[in-house]
Amino acid sequence: MKILTLKKVLTVSLLLFFPLVLVILLSVMVGSVRVAPRQSISILLQSLLGQTGTGTEMERTIILSLRFPRALLAGLVGAGLSVSGVIFQALLRNPLADPYILGVSSGSAVGAIIAILLGLGALSFGLPLASFAGALMTIALVFYFGKQEGRIHPNILLLAGVITGSFLSAIIMFFLSISQKEELHTIIFWLMGDFSFANPRSITIVLPYIVVGFLILYWKSRHLNLILSGEENALQLGVNVEQLKIVSYLCASLITAASVSICGLIGFVGLIIPHSVRLIFGPDHRLLLPASALIGASFLIASDTFARTVLAPVELPVGVITAAFGGPFFIYLLRKRKVVKTL
Amino acid sequence: MIDLRSISFRYRQDWVFQDISLGIERGEFIGVIGPNGSGKSTLLKTLCRLLSPQKGEVLLNSTPLKDMKQGEIARKIAVVPQEAYSLFPFRVVEMVLMGRSPYLGHLMFEGSKDLEIAKKAMDWTEILPISERAIDELSGGERKRVFIARALAQEPEVILLDEPTANLDIHHQVDFLDLILSLNREKGLTIIMASHDLNIASEYCDRLILLQGGRIFKIGSPREVITRENIEEVYGCEVWVDENPISKMPRINLLKKGKHTIETLEKD
Repeated sequence: MKILTLKKVLTVSLLLFFPLVLVILLSVMVGSVRVAPRQSISILLQSLLGQTGTGTEMERTIILSLRFPRALLAGLVGAGLSVSGVIFQALLRNPLADPYILGVSSGSAVGAIIAILLGLGALSFGLPLASFAGALMTIALVFYFGKQEGRIHPNILLLAGVITGSFLSAIIMFFLSISQKEELHTIIFWLMGDFSFANPRSITIVLPYIVVGFLILYWKSRHLNLILSGEENALQLGVNVEQLKIVSYLCASLITAASVSICGLIGFVGLIIPHSVRLIFGPDHRLLLPASALIGASFLIASDTFARTVLAPVELPVGVITAAFGGPFFIYLLRKRKVVKTL
Repeated sequence: MIDLRSISFRYRQDWVFQDISLGIERGEFIGVIGPNGSGKSTLLKTLCRLLSPQKGEVLLNSTPLKDMKQGEIARKIAVVPQEAYSLFPFRVVEMVLMGRSPYLGHLMFEGSKDLEIAKKAMDWTEILPISERAIDELSGGERKRVFIARALAQEPEVILLDEPTANLDIHHQVDFLDLILSLNREKGLTIIMASHDLNIASEYCDRLILLQGGRIFKIGSPREVITRENIEEVYGCEVWVDENPISKMPRINLLKKGKHTIETLEKD
């Protein structure tokens, strides 16, 4: 009888780490400016080893200041959104939940749009800080509304989040309707999710949120399994359910807030990666969380690489790609799983 | 083993039950019966601290439940829920292993000892052959057994069952209760079961607690509790109580409206 072991989690993580490295290398090699693939890799590897050497100044800037940080950011955001999707589905016990379901996205959008309209987007951290602030306010507000008698009720939290989200959407609509043409273009790209907003230096700011958030959630991963059968069920198995709910809500929300503040609202990743990974590896969060993080990271780096190269020199918002590829692939997985089941 | 000392509980305003005192001995098979809203489920939930009474206290082996950690309680008392589901389908063996949770730390994986215990539990409940199946592929009866096996994997002293036979056909009802009875008789587990099925309660339980409006109306052996007077008083409907010809335990017969039926029976 096979059961999940630490060894299996480590093996799967290691196996999923290779494609991630490959995707990063691939994304460093391609782009609108042509740098010979072998040259790109050697520039990257030498710089990682602390050497300078090959390549022209421009090639080095393209690889080391643009493509590589962007791939890392896309990976972080992909991992963050996927993990946060897993958690919201468990916390709300709703398979339709995604990182944006409780309004964090709308809050950060309001923050970002205000920053764009005020011209703060030109400042190096203006946009991410404003959108992060908007997200934080929403997280606090929804948490406050979603609590009743000191407890979180998933359905009340869900309602509070959805309603706060729609209220914020009204504000977004209002801002859209009064924006000028150029601002409008920026806003729409932000709403669709686009890594051209990403400031490479924001890695250092986002990384702690996503890494620490992930570690805390992983610490709770076995308890998350138990809550899938209901709160009373988890409670009678000795889980501190109220603490679990608060910790997962806060961690998943902060991860989402940090992710969207970099690149806007990339849709679909947080919904389809968790489900796809569950179909492949099963619902145990001890494996699901790291596998989702790694697959989500690879998926978003690949999508972003595609988005910036397919119509080069024009860059598409990466959200277009994630939705266009993610949707059909997910349907395929669902159908396939059904076929297997009826056999 | 479990002592209720004049406990009262309410959700918001009205007391669900008031001033209930009760002692449950180790190894008893107890049935909690009573009409809808009489407080059966709520009483069961206070026994494992899913709910805490506002007044009075529950003692488990003379320790107040409120002073125990949730994990400590889970090592002594297991609950078989009324609805057995999981949002995303685990395999049967994974589900049963969850019963080991109270013994594991945060970042721990179940080891070979846990697997042995889970296997024994699955063997006892006869679900070893389906241990690799996903629980959403199982029938209602099989799923009930999975949750019994999970409760056994907790290695508890007490098992609480809330309406365990709801949604089961008579064959599965009897199978299921025979299994519970064997846990009680052979493993010495204390069983506390809330049920709407008075005949099942009468047949299987050593002692019955009949609740009415949040108070204990009658407590005693099935013969003492399941009488026509008690049942008519508490449930407010006419019944005829005779005796199961095989087991000689009291048996409830439902009657359609109309007095003449009872009078005819009384003449006999």
